Amino acid sequence: MPGSPADVRLRGLIDTRGAPPDPARWRAAALVAPLFLFLAATFLAPIGAMMWRAVGDGEVAPVFARTLSALDGWDGRALPADAAYAAVVADIRQARADGTLASAATRLNYDVNGYRSLLFSTARRLPADGAADVRQALIALNPLWGERETWAAIRRAAGPVTDLYLLAALDLRRDAEGSVASAPADQSVFRTVLFRTLWIASVVTAICLALGYPAAYLLARLPEKTANPLLILILVPFWTSLLVRTAAWVVLLQREGVINAFLLGTGMTAEPLPMIYNRFAVYVAMVHILLPFMILPLYSVMRGIPAAHMRAAASLGARPFTVFRRVFLPQSAAGVAAGSLLVFIQAIGYYVTPALVGGADDQMVSYFIAFYASRTINWGMAAALSILLVAATAALFLVYRRLAGGQMPRLG
Amino acid sequence: MGEPNATTGQRIVRLWLWLHLALVLVFLLAPIVAIAPLSFSAGSFLQYPLPGLSLRWYVDFFTSGFWLPALGNSMVVAIAATILATVLGTLAAIGLWLAPFPAKGIVTAALLAPMVVPIIVVAVGVYFAFAAAGIANSHFGLILAHTALGAPFVVVTVQATLAGFDRTLMRAGASLGAGPWTVFRRVMLPLVLPGVASGALFAFATSFDEVVVAFFLTGPGQRTLPRQMFAGINENISLTIAAAATMLVLMSVAMMAAVEYLRRRGERLRRGRA
Repeated sequence: MPGSPADVRLRGLIDTRGAPPDPARWRAAALVAPLFLFLAATFLAPIGAMMWRAVGDGEVAPVFARTLSALDGWDGRALPADAAYAAVVADIRQARADGTLASAATRLNYDVNGYRSLLFSTARRLPADGAADVRQALIALNPLWGERETWAAIRRAAGPVTDLYLLAALDLRRDAEGSVASAPADQSVFRTVLFRTLWIASVVTAICLALGYPAAYLLARLPEKTANPLLILILVPFWTSLLVRTAAWVVLLQREGVINAFLLGTGMTAEPLPMIYNRFAVYVAMVHILLPFMILPLYSVMRGIPAAHMRAAASLGARPFTVFRRVFLPQSAAGVAAGSLLVFIQAIGYYVTPALVGGADDQMVSYFIAFYASRTINWGMAAALSILLVAATAALFLVYRRLAGGQMPRLG
Repeated sequence: MGEPNATTGQRIVRLWLWLHLALVLVFLLAPIVAIAPLSFSAGSFLQYPLPGLSLRWYVDFFTSGFWLPALGNSMVVAIAATILATVLGTLAAIGLWLAPFPAKGIVTAALLAPMVVPIIVVAVGVYFAFAAAGIANSHFGLILAHTALGAPFVVVTVQATLAGFDRTLMRAGASLGAGPWTVFRRVMLPLVLPGVASGALFAFATSFDEVVVAFFLTGPGQRTLPRQMFAGINENISLTIAAAATMLVLMSVAMMAAVEYLRRRGERLRRGRA
């Protein structure tokens, strides 16, 4: 027994506590180093580099160097001086010759819609070198050159860092004076998506708690002989491939699926019920996957609540429900918090399940990260949404670690 | 529970709890159980009742140019990633247990980060970096990424077995003249082996079931089984998917049984020592 008097005496003799000698520290560090360096190279650095893209801003500065120096000291309240017009013509001419206009145009277009075509149409009909009035010529070419916003956008893209993408991820933008304002309503999608993500995760967590708490309560009060086989049944889906379970729900829920066939066959409905590619299917499939993560922490906390406490309360005259409410419920709070956080943290990062069983209005933040990374190749937006998702996950995980005392959930 | 003098109210609560637990178990298990018989259907619709029994969808799976190469890719990637993750993870867990060293808290957090970072963020970040390094669309790149995802599970399971490991055993070994390597091999390894093995199973399951990173990181030549299942479910769910799913369920039940066996064995070993 670790705590027996003999053991304490032995420990005193051998002195296994106290600071370990230096060689042991070196050996410990040397054993940890391979995995740490491996993860630094294949995991931490790639994710860090990707996230840097949310704030890094280097496309415009080298292309519009003359323009940016001409805009130095411009207050943004009136149109810039003639020198800026001459500079932008020179910059566009050179960028066109060097083939560097496209990436700068794409970057400016992320900020102001239509900027790309403005630059390319201007580049095709540039005023001649030394033209009398460059300002008039450019404004005649495209009236956008007569708007402060056009010039402010170039200056905002001077780099080396920008808050464009992070603000955009919250449906915010900077106006010509440089202050933060709401994005136009037709471009405001992200607050809806972020709110939807938190809402779906909250609903899934609440359903898991409602289903999991009574189940864990019963399991924890059964003798271990009875509880263990039942726990293994709860672990079967925990081990089953995510895709297998998602495929199973598609088979069950789809229009010609098993459940609809049963309902139609027994005459309980005349029309097949729409049970897939909607929010209902997302909730069902996500709860199915995350429920074991709720039940297992609840069970392990509830197992640790001494039955003697309940007996004591009952013997003092408390009714069964009072015993539950005053004695059991408060002691199970740690399990509720741990299970809920574990479910919620995973739910906000879900991608595969909503993508396969949800509709267009059921997609969460992860879907939009994938969308910007693989479809529109807007790395800045993908990175900004990633930062929001990782920040939320990390903050919740720190709370979880504090509550669960650094314990990871029991695996296996 | 089950006191002989329970009141009617207590009996009703008890009945309700059992009913609730039964419904939860049905909810958890029914979808997995429902898909298996369909895979033996002689027809081509995912519906009951089955028109007849046949193995045609299994034959289809094992003769298909869509599924069979994917199974091979999954096996290659999962086995390689498991070996790498198990070696790196076991060494790191022993290092963390052995002695404190500077910035241990931060290092530990970094080692466990792959368990927590949302998978889409991992996929996009790794894709971005690996494409630049020229190892996207290769088995090698996917193996590296899956090793990173699996290694933390090995660290956690080995740490759990080490928590019950008595340090004096190592000193006893050393005092009897064994070198550090011999002490590791003859004293420590046998006792942490259950943790190493269940960590390896977790790492294998992680790789074998991983779809999002695979989605970003594989070209036509590396498509894995989950990647093909994703495409199949998304486009046109067929009975071959039911056959693949049934085989995967059997595999996961076998792996779960193995982990449970190892966990019990580990507990027995720890108890035997005390």
